[in-house]
Amino acid sequence: MNSKTSRMTTLTHPPPTADWQQDGKEMTLELAGDWRREGPSVKVSGKVLDKNPTRYGLSSLGFYDSTLPAFLLAHFRRVSASAKDKKELPPLDGLPDQLRGLLVLALAVPEESVLSLPTDAGSTREKLGRMTMHFFNKVQAFLEFTGLTALSLLRLCTGRARFRTSDFWLVLQQCGVEALPIVALISFLIGLILAFVGNVQLTHFGANLYVADLVGIAMVREMGVVMTAIIMSGRTGAAFAAHIGSMKSNEEIDALRTFGFNPIDFLVLPRLLALVLMMPILTIYANVIGIFGGMVVGSFVGIPPELYWHETLASLDMTTSSLGVIKSVFFGATIAMSGCMMGMQSGKSSAAVGEATTQAVVASITAIVVLDSAFAAIFTLLEI
Amino acid sequence: MAAKITVRDLTMAYGDLIIMKDLNFEIDDKDIFVIIGSSGCGKSTLLRHLIGLQEPTKGSIHFGEENFTAIDPDERRAFMRRFGVMYQSGALWSSLTLGENISMLLEEAGTWEASTVRDLVAYKLALVGLSGFEDFYPAQISGGMKKRAAIARAMALDPDILFLDEPSSGLDPLSSRRLDELILGLRDSQKSTIVIVTHELASIFSIATKALFLDTATKTQGAIGPPCELRDHSSNPAVRLFLNRGSLSKATSS
Repeated sequence: MNSKTSRMTTLTHPPPTADWQQDGKEMTLELAGDWRREGPSVKVSGKVLDKNPTRYGLSSLGFYDSTLPAFLLAHFRRVSASAKDKKELPPLDGLPDQLRGLLVLALAVPEESVLSLPTDAGSTREKLGRMTMHFFNKVQAFLEFTGLTALSLLRLCTGRARFRTSDFWLVLQQCGVEALPIVALISFLIGLILAFVGNVQLTHFGANLYVADLVGIAMVREMGVVMTAIIMSGRTGAAFAAHIGSMKSNEEIDALRTFGFNPIDFLVLPRLLALVLMMPILTIYANVIGIFGGMVVGSFVGIPPELYWHETLASLDMTTSSLGVIKSVFFGATIAMSGCMMGMQSGKSSAAVGEATTQAVVASITAIVVLDSAFAAIFTLLEI
Repeated sequence: MAAKITVRDLTMAYGDLIIMKDLNFEIDDKDIFVIIGSSGCGKSTLLRHLIGLQEPTKGSIHFGEENFTAIDPDERRAFMRRFGVMYQSGALWSSLTLGENISMLLEEAGTWEASTVRDLVAYKLALVGLSGFEDFYPAQISGGMKKRAAIARAMALDPDILFLDEPSSGLDPLSSRRLDELILGLRDSQKSTIVIVTHELASIFSIATKALFLDTATKTQGAIGPPCELRDHSSNPAVRLFLNRGSLSKATSS
């Protein structure tokens, strides 16, 4: 057909037309012109009824590609949608053999009309309802997942939960050692920034030595743990969601289940434990690097490192230093849980895995900030 | 252990969308039972119901005397340990090597000598023609090989009932033939019951003892019986057509 097309492009193409002619009971569909994808769309004339043609007029029909059978099929479908007898086949006699063969194939299996997959279409009210349902489903799913994880932790305590220890070590490495460089870079820069900003303000009062206090307290109370948590959300939480999500789409989780493994024990526990274990360590590391960043700035603005160090130690006591570390345990659990949960609840397509990853990161960062505010309120009430 | 499966009045649905209704059939001990039907008719869904991954909308599934749909999760899990399942996509655990995919099941099932595990893994892989592939990851082998590895994994614990979802699709004719022999061998040597979803007519006629035809038009079972009998004498024309590889003209005329 290709060679035919190319030969014909050199000629002029009469535009495709379809003319309906009614003559008593006879209904003739006069087809003419060249039916080409690249050409103009079909001009329909005459009165179009919801009836199948009884005869075809093809005397001036030129070249045709898929546009002609598509046009005919669309008409047949329209007719059968309004007809009582859906099984009745339209008359195809008189059409060229090739065309008839294709239409017979296309009409062999009737259009599935009972199929009603859930769609997003509908009125605003319907959409609002669906969104509300969706929200409550999410809440329910979250509670269910938390419960299942709690049960799994309980099984771990009684020694009945089983997972591969090598998985645990692998995750420990991924969210521990491998995260060190990025955590170091970010906290160093955060310490640097805090010191710069603090120095500019404190110099007004001739109190720029207190930069050390500012950086030290800000790092160990808030910045160290929050920045680490955000890095880990983007790095590890997303990885958990993507990994578990793709396992789900590949039926690997079903396979675990059928072979008698509990997917929560097997996939969630090692990740949760590893992150809860690693987050405090990473936080302490981030705190130290951040203070070092401040010290670098300090040495440029006239605070000798010895003095800076002394001032930092004087401003930090054990309680203050432990606040961030305590928070980091909760943040670690939050990141692991939201990553694993979004992965477990992911759909089965690759797009759904991407969506699950996004949701995991968004959910854990939101949860971290909310939790941090809650901690701030609690610590204020406790006057720490 | 007897592994007779009885399905009573089973209706499967996704929400309001009914896939199949009123399924009633029995799978006898040591049957090689095939589930056939046009694509999209719910064969894999039926398999997911049989292995307990999906709850029936109505009806029940019994293994021996036990009502599988009603028992509590722990008992169900104990039952599921007697199953071997091969998923349509293979569903090998992608972060483990082929060897680990199989050895993990063995280690879960009991305490074994490391050498025993190694030998068992090698034996299972050899059965499907994958000797020496123990250290390959699923992503490093071809689709047909993954399929065979998944079959090896399904057989790892010498299951009472082996469920295979389209085991021969994507296999070359020789591997497919080997698979038939393997299935017969398993049935004869281990007295396993084998349930297969397949489109491979040649293998249906040569190994299956019973076939269940799911009819998309009526959304229920079209026929059940020995496949050769169904092909020649079924009262349901759709079944005869399917098993005779009916051409389109025959389909429209009937």
